[in-house]
Amino acid sequence: MRILMPILFLLLAPLAGGLLDGMDRKISARMQRRVGPPILQPFYDVQKLFAKQRIVVTNSQTFLMITYMVLIIFTGCMFYSGVDMLMCFFMLSTAGIFLYFSAVVTDSPYSYIGGQRELFQEMCCEPAVLLTALGFYILEGSFQTSDLIKADRSAILALPGFFVAFLFILTIKMRKSPFDESTSHHPHQELVKGVTTELGGSNLALFQITEWYENVLMLSVVALFILNKNPWSILCAVLVVLATYFLEILIDNTSARMKSQKMLQLSWAVTIAAAGVNLVILILVR
Amino acid sequence: MANVKRSPWLLHYDASSCNGCDIEVLASLTPVYDAERFGVVNTADPMQADILLVTGGVNAQSAEVVKQLYDQMARPKVVVAVGVCACTGGVFKDCYNINGGVDTVIPVDVYVPGCAARPESIIDGIVKAVAIFQERSDKHDKYVKEHGESARDTSDPDAAARDGNPADFFNALGKKPQEHTDHKEEK
Amino acid sequence: MWWSIPFLIIFPMCIGALLYCIHVQKVRKGIAYVATPAIMAATIDLVVTYFNHGGQPVDLYVNVPAASHFITAGEIALMIFVTWKCIRAKKYWISLLSIVPTIMIVNMEFKLGEMEAAHIRVDHLSLLMCLIVAFVGGLITIYAMGYMDGYHQHHTEVPERRHFFFMVVYVFIGAMFGFVLSSDLVWIDFFWETTSVCSFLLIGYTQSEEAVTNSFRALWMNLLGGTALAFGIVYFETAAKASTLQALVQNSQDGVRAAAICVMLMAFAALTKAAQLPFSTWLIGAMVAPTPSSALLHSATMVKAGIYILFRLAPAMSGTMTGYFIAGIGGFTFFMTSVIAIGQVDAKKVLAYSTISNLGLMVACAGIGRPETIWAGVFLMMFHAISKSLMFQDVGATENCLHSRHLEDMHGLLYRLPKLAVFMFIGIAGMYLAPFGMLISKWSALRASVDSKNVLVILFIVFGSATTSFYWSKWLGKIISRTMHNEPVKDITKKNEMVSLSIHAVAMVALCALFPVVSNIYVHPLLAETFGTYTDVLSSGIMNMLVILILVVFLVPLVAYLSSRQLHTNMKLSYMNGANCGNDNTFTDSFGDPKKLHMANDYFTERIGRHALMVPCQLAVTAAIVVMFCIVLGGVA
Repeated sequence: MRILMPILFLLLAPLAGGLLDGMDRKISARMQRRVGPPILQPFYDVQKLFAKQRIVVTNSQTFLMITYMVLIIFTGCMFYSGVDMLMCFFMLSTAGIFLYFSAVVTDSPYSYIGGQRELFQEMCCEPAVLLTALGFYILEGSFQTSDLIKADRSAILALPGFFVAFLFILTIKMRKSPFDESTSHHPHQELVKGVTTELGGSNLALFQITEWYENVLMLSVVALFILNKNPWSILCAVLVVLATYFLEILIDNTSARMKSQKMLQLSWAVTIAAAGVNLVILILVR
Repeated sequence: MANVKRSPWLLHYDASSCNGCDIEVLASLTPVYDAERFGVVNTADPMQADILLVTGGVNAQSAEVVKQLYDQMARPKVVVAVGVCACTGGVFKDCYNINGGVDTVIPVDVYVPGCAARPESIIDGIVKAVAIFQERSDKHDKYVKEHGESARDTSDPDAAARDGNPADFFNALGKKPQEHTDHKEEK
Repeated sequence: MWWSIPFLIIFPMCIGALLYCIHVQKVRKGIAYVATPAIMAATIDLVVTYFNHGGQPVDLYVNVPAASHFITAGEIALMIFVTWKCIRAKKYWISLLSIVPTIMIVNMEFKLGEMEAAHIRVDHLSLLMCLIVAFVGGLITIYAMGYMDGYHQHHTEVPERRHFFFMVVYVFIGAMFGFVLSSDLVWIDFFWETTSVCSFLLIGYTQSEEAVTNSFRALWMNLLGGTALAFGIVYFETAAKASTLQALVQNSQDGVRAAAICVMLMAFAALTKAAQLPFSTWLIGAMVAPTPSSALLHSATMVKAGIYILFRLAPAMSGTMTGYFIAGIGGFTFFMTSVIAIGQVDAKKVLAYSTISNLGLMVACAGIGRPETIWAGVFLMMFHAISKSLMFQDVGATENCLHSRHLEDMHGLLYRLPKLAVFMFIGIAGMYLAPFGMLISKWSALRASVDSKNVLVILFIVFGSATTSFYWSKWLGKIISRTMHNEPVKDITKKNEMVSLSIHAVAMVALCALFPVVSNIYVHPLLAETFGTYTDVLSSGIMNMLVILILVVFLVPLVAYLSSRQLHTNMKLSYMNGANCGNDNTFTDSFGDPKKLHMANDYFTERIGRHALMVPCQLAVTAAIVVMFCIVLGGVA
């Protein structure tokens, strides 16, 4: 199990992530009354990107991008091998810093601003992410994901506040509107493509794949809120994950970009109001 | 051979257009025409684009910009001139400040006529451009197959020929790319 | 066989006195190059002796009336000196903070007489502090020998008093050894006050108006702590008739009220020394001093005295009201000062705030007072000492080269001053990136604060860790940004500065790589000494994982770097809407002229700068401290 799951993650996560991305584009198009691209569109895009030249503004971009990708994948494998969840989250933020590096190392205006905002987004997310791990720890007395999935009851019953806070920052983590601060998925915005502005060809493909891995990892945390020792909970978790993803698409399509400082206020306020209050209650009850 | 024709990403640049064609370009991405069903994405970034869509004639200010955007795109790449101004300079052809069509500064592969060009013809132009894109990509892949993987990312002169060499293009047209600055001031 | 203990305390002080008399820089350097290795050697001898002795805590000097009289005389001398300084500066009230406690202590000495108890105690924690003082402190003195030459070349307005500077530095090192090795409370008080006065003298080194104001601020805040310490000691010794720190902790755990109050007063004193809110301003003001003294006193060693004493008191504070408040104040300081640090543009200010912030985390760890948190705190202390010393020296050397310590001027430092930039990178990475020390310490601190159900501390650590990564990453990004501003910068860093920097950097990486080993062979016994019984903090599983993480984080970028060099890439101009002038550094503006591009970070200075946040935070914490005093003195807890 400890070996099998990381390998499955390594192989299947990009497939799942790509499919979810394709569904995202299809559903978004339908919400706008368009036909939309085929479900497999993200894979076509990545295939094309690999066929193109690798272009850079400065050579170190490539190695920073590769490091970012490998660290994210490694974190995901760690998570799936059932080890310490808090450690995984620390690792995730370390990996995120390499994305920031790859953006600022270019010293190009849009990429630099995107990098700054990426960092800002990290700051918005980190409390909620760390608190999530702590919530699980209080509940089950362990940070090990392998222990958490064997719980008697789904964690969400005791951790609804943590779940809400995590859902909130999920939008930031997925870089979706209204929090698509660091890179915009839609054109004609003030920061062009943010952190990815200076990435072209296969470097952009690497970024795309990494994003799939990261999304799957984040959604796995959502699933962890549902999973318990009953095998049927897996089906339930999948449904909840899909519903979550649909919710993200809906928010993405119905909201406009928010100012970054507003994002900070809002995300921290939600973190405290939801996860913080839940934490207090949990500690008082236990 | 990589199948690239399903994922043409556009870069739209307004050289000096009256905005008529620009609106139509955007219209072709809206629900009525929905170019995204062909995988078209309107990206704002030349580094990520495959097809450069230029509207309006080229003038002194925009000539350098068009060249630079073209240069920043990764090979293989295709250029589409949208609207009669971008094709030839249109009604502004003889204006003191207009160089002429886009093909006075960069090689153009597809000309979409019209004032303003209709969304249908723009999509038609994009579809033509996609075919060229695929063809160039195939040549590129073949070259990579022959010369090893490292050849993909080199910018040797042969690669330029495969992807559409500006010099060849201008030779075939029988004219030289215009230098915008001194040329106009001498008049 | 314990000759090295008196040697470590007295020898640096003698060297200090000697340096005061010598005005030739070359001779001074010669003496320092002999004395510093001698101090390091004596420390190593102490460590070896200790471990030959079985590695168990050793109590020494049970009956030494002569030394105690000497210390009493020293206290009086110190009081006279401070009073004289205060009267000369017309700050009469500050002298009260020295006169009152000294008279109380001396009075108590006369009444109670000499007690039969160990005056010196050597154990793992004090040895660790000795190692930090000897090696980090020693390297800083070597660095200072080179730095002060350059300093006086640039700052011609500052009167040349290097003999005085080095005297104070060496006296401080002696006092610091005395402080960490003492077990007798009166001795501790004496050395405590000595370090406060040394800090005061070094902050006022330049004699400028700002420096004098700041030095007196530091003095009164530290003396206030000293007064609390003296009150606590007198109260405890009179009530419990015991005179050692160990007895204090034991009594407090047994529920003796006098001991509990003394613990609270000492913890309060520790807050002042560790520059926690509301006393943080003295440390910020201390940055006017020359960089070596900032590195030595105000980051690497002296402020750790507060942490050291809290670690000693941790078993007594665990689970009490005092502990709860101290942990809360520490956590609050950790979070708020890291927020203020985001708004700073001066590199030294960022370092100052981050120092306070990290000390806050250590204070929180001590306040919770569980083995896991002390484990985390000890590691934080080690990493912080090395990393901050490295950073301060590096910023000092960079300032000498760039003539600025504004963060924005460090844009692309990696390409302009590569060596210094790499050291800076290591120093910063050591402070917050996985797998370096901070990460696992935070992990352990978080888990322990959940176990001790301290909600406030959990929230502070969680939010503080987000803000901490923000300002450090911002700085790192600044260093590595590619730059075309290639005005050549000459690296004028002196050789002795480079030696000190390199040793620090190597130590930093080594500590990171060997850290599971250090945990097993050193920190675990330390915890066993402090808490008596003790079980493993980290399971072997997490240790193995850490080793893997360390390998991954070092190897992945390396392999990626090497392999990406094989890749062929096409260089393009950076994207500026097609208006790039062809060198990534200029663009065509709306008049058609080339315009220089300037990229800068956002510091949000108005919103979260010092002026916006400091006073409210100070008020909040002062209120908390008052409540703590009321609760503990009122006997509720």
